[in-house]
Amino acid sequence: MTLTLGHFLSLGAMLFALSVIGIFLNRKNLIILLMAIELMLLAVNMNFVAFSYYLNDMAGQIFVFFILTVAAAESAIGLAILVLLFRNKASINVDELNTLKG
Amino acid sequence: MDAKTGLFYVFAALMLFAAFKVITARNPVHAALFLVLAFFQAAAIWILLKAEFLAITLVLVYVGAVMVLFLFVVMMLDINIDSMRQGFWKHFPLAGTVGAIIALEMSYVLMGGFREPPKAANAAAQVGAQVSNTKELGKVLYSEYIYPLEIAAVILLVAIIAAIALTLRARKDSKSQNPSEQVRVKRADRVTLVKMKSVMPEPSLVIVEEKKA
Repeated sequence: MTLTLGHFLSLGAMLFALSVIGIFLNRKNLIILLMAIELMLLAVNMNFVAFSYYLNDMAGQIFVFFILTVAAAESAIGLAILVLLFRNKASINVDELNTLKG
Repeated sequence: MDAKTGLFYVFAALMLFAAFKVITARNPVHAALFLVLAFFQAAAIWILLKAEFLAITLVLVYVGAVMVLFLFVVMMLDINIDSMRQGFWKHFPLAGTVGAIIALEMSYVLMGGFREPPKAANAAAQVGAQVSNTKELGKVLYSEYIYPLEIAAVILLVAIIAAIALTLRARKDSKSQNPSEQVRVKRADRVTLVKMKSVMPEPSLVIVEEKKA
């Protein structure tokens, strides 16, 4: 029994499902929400790398490279906003962040 | 079942376990450390897929920089864990249902559609044996994808500036100079010239003495 593309894609799907569950469960904790988003990006990257290997195309790995860049920028800015929120409200509870009344 | 398949199952199981612990850990520090474990397993799986450069980048950039940033923030903030955990299991039935549906549907479709024995993989393995993955990636990245690369660089610059600008706070008790005011200063703000006669008349002492007498 050799590894097929289906194995890697299923692993990515399961990882993505786990992070969706994490977003549902940790509705209040902003830090864990950010971590779940990182896990989702990892699942997407897993699919890209698997396709890149099985279709013998470097473009998938290039795309993973750019996703890593954007994810690093996103988490840096997200954490900066988190620190700013905590400084102003002394809490990172999502339920209390309702001043914009969206 | 060859060794590669066995390794894949070991890494995949550890990765799913770590991901599960990330979303259920009580302590955010433990969650961050389990996320590091998940990233390491992902890097190992990418090495199985012959993407060495990305695997090393994942460990260096993610574990080395992003997760350390996460740990800094988690340890810096004083979070009340118990209030955060309120209603944690209340959402579990919905979350479990949605997650199970996603995983089962996607696994069903994927395992049905992508089970054929890999043909292109052999060609990829032969190419990978001749040229290193890093060299191959660099050739494509710096020729065909040069404009996206520069846009990525700009995005990183924006992220640096935004992160600093958001968290920068001017302290009132620290003394500093304002360069723009220093540049804009005029001569008239600093020096005042007083017009005076070069020779003053001698004060008339005689009159004062007369009054005393």
